[in-house]
Amino acid sequence: MGLPLGTAAIVLVVLLWELARPTLKRALTRARELWAAHTLKGTGRRGSAPVGYDPGRERRAERRARALLRSCVTEHDWAMYRELGFLRVWGGLGARADGATGVAASYAYLIYPHKPIVAYVPDTSELLNEYCVAFPDMSKPYGSARLPDSDDVLAKWMALTADERRLVGEANMHLPGRQVDPDRVRRDLARLKRWEQELCDRRAGSVRAA
Amino acid sequence: MKLLRMKPGHGEIVLAEGDVAVPEQERELIEAFRRELDAGMWAAVPTQAPGGRREAELVKSFDEVPRDAERVIFFPRAAGGAPRPTR
Repeated sequence: MGLPLGTAAIVLVVLLWELARPTLKRALTRARELWAAHTLKGTGRRGSAPVGYDPGRERRAERRARALLRSCVTEHDWAMYRELGFLRVWGGLGARADGATGVAASYAYLIYPHKPIVAYVPDTSELLNEYCVAFPDMSKPYGSARLPDSDDVLAKWMALTADERRLVGEANMHLPGRQVDPDRVRRDLARLKRWEQELCDRRAGSVRAA
Repeated sequence: MKLLRMKPGHGEIVLAEGDVAVPEQERELIEAFRRELDAGMWAAVPTQAPGGRREAELVKSFDEVPRDAERVIFFPRAAGGAPRPTR
């Protein structure tokens, strides 16, 4: 008599547990969410934003950085960065850029914000290498070592134009495609070519009109 | 001459400003310059060539800064490596 009753009791408990489990699970999840929200409210944090992150401050920083970059590079380079989002620097001390030697530079670099510098052959658009380099400010004044995008581009531009060999020596060199999508770079090179052609056409048009 | 420093979350800040022809101001510029170099920063002077070409010159001491330079920009020294791919 005892054994059937005991078995029935166990079965009943298991059935009740199975019925109640989804409800209990939902209640537990809800309680956890409420607790997490309460904790975040107490510390003044919202969502997953890092401590001290202020999007307004980052925007202002980027605005200053863009103004500084603009004051350092040529109008042509500034327009390139503003419209295409990257800068090109001729390799080999920019022989093509100033024409001082009369010899075209055999390679050039594309500088993207917070991405490796990409070396390529301008005549064929063949990608040569990626130079992974960063300029971390370990004093982390606002909790981050990362410079504003345009400051990162300017730092790369200054280091490349001042001492290409030194920067390349400091960087980690990889084959193309390690961090920057080669298809994206090829598209960017095509955009750059079109952009410069249009610029050239516009200039020729304005000269003819004058 | 202005000494500027790139700063995360802020953009550039003015560290010091003065006339190198005035000894007292030059001393202040030199002190600020050394502080930044001691902190491991690189210093660059943006320049413009006669043909209009722009470039920069890395300097390792205040003596290397051209006397007529309008500004020196300090930025963290280069380190190999970069953030993880985002593609």
